[in-house]
Amino acid sequence: MGTRNYRRKTSHSEHGAGDGGRTGSWRVERPVLDRNLCIPCKRNKEACFICWLFCPDVVISRTIPPTINLEYCKGCGICAEECPTKAITMVDEAKFAEEDKE
Amino acid sequence: MHIIENGNAAAALGVKLCRASVIAAYPITPQTPLTEKLSEYVESGEMKAEYIPVESEHSALAVCIAASSAGARTFTATSANGLLYMHEQVQWASGARLPMVMCVVNRAVGAPWNVWNDQQDSISQRDTGWIQIYCADHQQIIDTVIKAYWLAEQVSIPVMVCYDGYILSHTFMPFDLPDQEQVDSFLPPFQPDYFLNPQDPANLNTVTLPDVRMDVRGELAHGYMEIRCLLQEDLRKALQTAAEAEKRFAGIFNRGADPYIEPYRCDDAEHVAVGLGSITYQMRVCVDQLRTEGIKIGVMGVRYYRPFPDEAIAAALKGKKGVIVVEKALSYGYEGALMSDLKSALYEHLAGTGSLPVVQNFIAGIGGREIRTDDLTQTLRAAAKGRVSKEPVWIGLRL
Repeated sequence: MGTRNYRRKTSHSEHGAGDGGRTGSWRVERPVLDRNLCIPCKRNKEACFICWLFCPDVVISRTIPPTINLEYCKGCGICAEECPTKAITMVDEAKFAEEDKE
Repeated sequence: MHIIENGNAAAALGVKLCRASVIAAYPITPQTPLTEKLSEYVESGEMKAEYIPVESEHSALAVCIAASSAGARTFTATSANGLLYMHEQVQWASGARLPMVMCVVNRAVGAPWNVWNDQQDSISQRDTGWIQIYCADHQQIIDTVIKAYWLAEQVSIPVMVCYDGYILSHTFMPFDLPDQEQVDSFLPPFQPDYFLNPQDPANLNTVTLPDVRMDVRGELAHGYMEIRCLLQEDLRKALQTAAEAEKRFAGIFNRGADPYIEPYRCDDAEHVAVGLGSITYQMRVCVDQLRTEGIKIGVMGVRYYRPFPDEAIAAALKGKKGVIVVEKALSYGYEGALMSDLKSALYEHLAGTGSLPVVQNFIAGIGGREIRTDDLTQTLRAAAKGRVSKEPVWIGLRL
């Protein structure tokens, strides 16, 4: 049957962003990064990246600045909780929906 | 080599010959001697396997699911309420497409409590996506276990090998014990298509959303509905693979027959009695008696219950006047499950041909009620004369 074929007969997922589906639609609160507080942004150095390390969905990049893939971010808020400089805040998605209307 | 042993030992010997490497089981009457035998083989070193004692049937199958996912050839066995307790994991094993083998030593389910034979336990697991094969004697038990591993591993679908409690499990009968070399040539070592590997981590059987999704490789991954549809398609195709298994087996062991059904004196018969398991051999005695009375009757054992060999069954029953389905289980509120499936096969393949037989349903041996051959003969004699009842008729009932 072959490995690829077999994988397609079952639910099989590998580590990586979004292998559980488009989970971004589950989000109630969106993480928003303040570059003025973010350590790698401020120092322009590969440092900290605690948000990247803790994100359970692997949707935060290890880049300067760190980017958040909102297609797959479930909005769990772990990044905001762990950020040592409180550079990430969780903002109600309703706010963005209103902005989109405007 | 011919030996004389009981049905549970025949199953255990089959599992040993197949070199199962992980066995997890919880003892339940009448399956207990089977698991005892296997634990003896492992303890004495005759069998190189892990025997994992567990605290329940649910855990027994959970252990097999994990071991099979890691690439082991696994085995478990159970009966009655044990099988029902396992039910959630039974569905899981087939959805996860794990090629394992489980013996179901058929026993009545509670309430009321009962340890004797009928087939309500395995019949109630009909819709779980497992292949279900019924055995009529000890030779079939050991041979079916061996064929089941090959079949399961070919199609990545688990197989239930069902045989009647006590009537087969605890009675002694001579049968041919296949050579290890022959079994090895029939059944090569298990080479899983995929197995858990810490070097290449993956999540198995994760939440699947209603729709399809892009996976990490950028390929479209199936949704739940696609995965379930493939199980159905592969189960239907497994009928063909079952025929291949039978042919391969016959080529090496010089025995084997029709893979799906086991007809006896059916060629010129006007009436055919149909059943699952050991009762079909008992009905051969009735048929021989009725033939001396001039009644043209035969008997057909159904070996594969899932996938259901509808074409083979309809072809065998085409042109018959009557079909008498004798069952040790019931879909409560209607009729025997085999009765319904058989009628649907006849409708599908024979409707409009003018040769639809009259089909009658009899329920026998529930909770181990003795099925006297005289009663069975009398039932078949009456049924061959004409329709006894529209509803299922209980044989040997004292109400």
